[in-house]
Amino acid sequence: MALNQYLVLSAFLFCTGVYGVLARRNGVLVLLSVELMLNAVNINLVAFAAFTKNISGQVFALFVITIAAAEVGVGLAIVLLIYRNMRSPDLDRVDQLKG
Amino acid sequence: MTAQNVAFWALAIAMGAGAIGVVRSKNIVHAALFLIVVLVGAAAQYIVLLAEFVGVTQFFIYIGAIAVLFLFGIMLTRAPMHAGNFDNDQRWPAAVVAIFLFGVLIALLVNAFGHDEIKLSDQLLRVSRTGPVADSIFRNFVVPFEVVSMLLLAALVGAVVIARRD
Repeated sequence: MALNQYLVLSAFLFCTGVYGVLARRNGVLVLLSVELMLNAVNINLVAFAAFTKNISGQVFALFVITIAAAEVGVGLAIVLLIYRNMRSPDLDRVDQLKG
Repeated sequence: MTAQNVAFWALAIAMGAGAIGVVRSKNIVHAALFLIVVLVGAAAQYIVLLAEFVGVTQFFIYIGAIAVLFLFGIMLTRAPMHAGNFDNDQRWPAAVVAIFLFGVLIALLVNAFGHDEIKLSDQLLRVSRTGPVADSIFRNFVVPFEVVSMLLLAALVGAVVIARRD
């Protein structure tokens, strides 16, 4: 198998995630797009681990999965707080630094 | 074309369609379900690449925990269950940025890794089993492992503090 087919798939997922982060208004949907980008990175890491026959890539992918779990927990807590304060999860309404 | 290649392309098409669904779906619950398609596809890709432990972990953590957490988040923010407009008005600039980035990445990857092949050999199978992964985590990466456990604890406390009702 070509290494590039994994890297191109991962690049596609990453760019889709970038589009989602920029174009979505709902906080939960922005977090979903961030998850797409994190998964793209994981595919890259595992593909390079198989390419170099070095296990470190897989260990890094496991660390990324762990960090992603922490990120989703804190991110959803922030979206919930925005919802409670603004009565809507729209991120466009969060445009001032004072509450 | 080998069996692995067939599996890769079948999974890749499903994942691509799922990713488009995540960012273009008009229904927020459907977007979360499309994300599950992408996550399952990624877990299957890891197993195709002989990374069995990462694949199973992806399945447990992403589909078991994170997807359910997202569905909880959707319910708690009382998102409309019917179709709605969740996009802001910078959709076209965002598409231009994403397509430009994709083009740059493709040019770079073809230039840098155009002739490299992944060989799924017996040697790779021996290296990437669960035992060597555990050895690597608890021997070479034991300090990052402990740091990550502290980070998870901090994230747990932080999420409780942020989301708590006073």
